[in-house]
Parts: sequence; C-alpha cells; structure tokens
Amino acid sequence: MSTDHPSKNGLAIEFRNVSYSFAEGSELISSLNLQVHRSETLVLLGRSGSGKTTTLKLINALASPTAGEVFVEGRSTSQWNTIRLRRGIGYVIQDAGLFPHFTVEQNIGLVPTIENWPADRIRQRVIELLQVVGLDASLASRYPRELSGGQRQRVGVARALAADPPILLMDEPFGALDPITRAELQREFLALQRRLEKTVVFVTHDLREALLLGSRIALMEAGKLVAALPPDEFVRSTDPLVKQYLDAFGELPTTNGNRGCA
Amino acid sequence: MNVFQFISQNRTEVLELTLEHLWMVGISTLLAVIIGIPLGILITRRPALNKPVIGSANIIQTVPSLALFGFLLPVPWIGARADRLAILALTLYALLPLIRNTYAGIKGVDGSVIEAGRGMGMTDRQLLFQVELPLALGVIIAGVRVAAVISVGLATIAAAIGAGGLGEYIFRGLAMVNNQLILAGAIPAAALALLCDVSLGWLERRLGTRAIVPQS
Repeated sequence: MSTDHPSKNGLAIEFRNVSYSFAEGSELISSLNLQVHRSETLVLLGRSGSGKTTTLKLINALASPTAGEVFVEGRSTSQWNTIRLRRGIGYVIQDAGLFPHFTVEQNIGLVPTIENWPADRIRQRVIELLQVVGLDASLASRYPRELSGGQRQRVGVARALAADPPILLMDEPFGALDPITRAELQREFLALQRRLEKTVVFVTHDLREALLLGSRIALMEAGKLVAALPPDEFVRSTDPLVKQYLDAFGELPTTNGNRGCA
Repeated sequence: MNVFQFISQNRTEVLELTLEHLWMVGISTLLAVIIGIPLGILITRRPALNKPVIGSANIIQTVPSLALFGFLLPVPWIGARADRLAILALTLYALLPLIRNTYAGIKGVDGSVIEAGRGMGMTDRQLLFQVELPLALGVIIAGVRVAAVISVGLATIAAAIGAGGLGEYIFRGLAMVNNQLILAGAIPAAALALLCDVSLGWLERRLGTRAIVPQS
C-alpha cells in the first residue's frame, strides 16, 4: 500500500516537544516529536505503561501537555475550543464505552444529537452507519448489553464516525475481543479505512495488529518515541528496542504485503 | 379495650395525626432532596469540599434528636412554630443519606462511559444530566428511601416539642402509663415506615434497572 506523500497531504496532527507529567513529577511522556499525516493510519505500539494511551489523550485534550504543544489541523490544542476539538475527532475505546442506558440508535446518534441535528437526519445517519459497520438495522432499538462484544465494538466505531470527523482515535478497540472476531473487525477496518480515508491514530500493544493495520508504526518505550516507520521498514529495523519488541513476538509471517489472508 | 378498638373509635384523630406525620416526613424529605442532591453533585466536582460536607452531615446525624429540637428552638421564624422546627430538624437528618448516595451513585458510574462521553465532546452539563444522573438514579432513590424511613421514626419525637404527628399518642401514653395509647401511635408509625420502604423500594428497582434491563 502506498502511503500518501506528506507534502501533498499536509499534517493532521503534530506533536512538538511534548512532555506530560503528573503533579508528583513522574514523566509519562518526554519530549515527544511526532507527525501524523492526513489519511494515514498511524499505529502507536508499545508495552503497557509506555505512554501510548496518554499520547492519544493529548490529541483530544483529555490530557494537556505539561510542556510543548500538540497541533491538530494546524492549531494547538490549547488554542482550540475543547468541546469543538473533541466533536471533530472520533474516539473509540477498548470496551466501547457505550452508554448502557441508551439504545444503539441513541448511542450512535450521540454527537449529532448534542450538535442539534434535526431528528430525521440523525435517524437517517444512524441507519447509514449501521450498514457501514455491518450491523442489521433491527439492532437500532437494542441496548448495549443485549449485544455481543463484537457488535458493541462495531457500534463504538459507528458512534465515532457519526458526525463524519476527519480524525479517528482508537484506543485498543479490538483488544477485548476473541481472536476470530478480532480478525474479522480488523479486516473490516482496513476495508473501511480504504474507503473513508480518515486520519487514524490507533493504539495497540499487539505487533501483528500494528503490522496489519498501520501505514506507519510508532514504537513507544517509557514515554519516548523509539521509531516511526512503515511496517516493512519496521520489521527490518536494527534499532535494539524495535528488535526487542519484534523478538518478543517470535516469527512474523504477516507484513503489510500479504495482509488480508488471515 | 384493645389497641385496634381504640384506633377505630378514634379514627378521625388517628387519621389526622397520621396526615400530620406524613406531612412532616414528606416536606422534610423533599427539602432534603432539593438540598442534598445538588450538594452530592457538588462534591463530585469539587473534591476539596467532600470531607467538610460529608463531615458536617455526619455530625448532624450524631446529635440526638431531642437535643437538635432544643438547639433549633431559639432560631427566629423557625423556632416560632413547632412544625417548622420539626421539619427543619428532619431535613437535616435526611441530608446525610442523600448527599452520600448521590456522591456514591455518580462516582460508581463506569469510568470508560464517562471518558467516552467526554472524549466525544459532551459538556460537563450534558455529561451530568444525560449520563451520570440517569445512571446514578437507582442509588440516589435508595438514599431517599433510607432518609424517608428514618424520618418516619424521628418524626414521632417531634411531638415532644408539640409538632403533632403520631408521636402525640406515644408521649401521651408514656405520661399516662397506657400501653394501648403508645401502641396506637407506634403501630400506624411502623406501618407508615413500611409503606415508605416498600414504595420507594419499588421505585428504586424500576428506575435503577432501567439502565440495565431494556424497557419493552
């Protein structure tokens, strides 16, 4: 797959010397410099506690940098109206975070509703999105706990796409699913991404998932960026930390070239 | 004459005292809801206020009821009428369960749900009214239930300061060493407490599970 050239596409997100630390002083992110190009899928890879989720939250201002700046669409997150910024960014988290007291339809229609779209337009959009994520329209009136894990995660993706945001943040969205459902959702994600061409930042600790989905992989370790490379270069990297991560996963049959044959 | 004969012979008076009792309990619980729920919400937003607010409500709870009635007696306007005084005292007692349950209910909402809402750009207000309060409702109603049941019991003591209610019979019976009379106050009061418990328990289950079990 060819990655779109950055100079043609410009930057959707940029981290400039970003650090993030708790009040007590322990640094979770230190001097991070990272660029996310428009329409690419950047995978943030790393072990637990490496700072990948925090990095994600710095993009939609769920966390604010203690030093440096994060630019979204060319504007620093400190300059953005936080609510406007977040409504322009789709957000998918591990166990979907669906509202248990909302139906599927209400969940998917959440951002359009708080954006005051007319009811019939919301309804239409919900039906359209259910189809996009491969769910039957009859599920619209169900409650989240009546769905399977895979269905819930699809609803989570549909909800993030509702207001057609240009940027999508996904925090281990398929982490809690069984391997078969996960493979299915990964394939569908790829197909969807080819069609919608969103800018996606995807957090995972699973190297296979990273190689399958990412147009670039950014490996993080202890709050620092180790390397950000396309999958084929990533597997050939000589960086000791990258090698260590690769070794931990053993032999690697899947690279970007033969994706899809699961 | 047994107690039931006494009640049926004096049914208008029993009914009147029961209604007085219910009035005191109802108004004080309502006031406690109006004050307690916003206070409970406030301390989820301002953690620094948590200890002082819960602490004060706790201290009030430890003051013996007769003493509290006595303390409030010199307060202007309030102390002028016994029923006002009784309602204020009952309200103060009912605050703790309401504040605590509102706080616990909101804090008990799944963190990933809150984060998803925040991440999608819900304002604090939208998050509170559309997510946190609906999901905390069952726990909050449980607090109302506890408050109401406690109030029914405490309201009997309000008769000591002349606020009326079913405590009238109890205090009269104590003074006259007449067990029938004491029971004539105690039995309807116990029945009221049970009624509050059952009806609010029903409401708690209905509203609390709405979030979990879909309505058909």
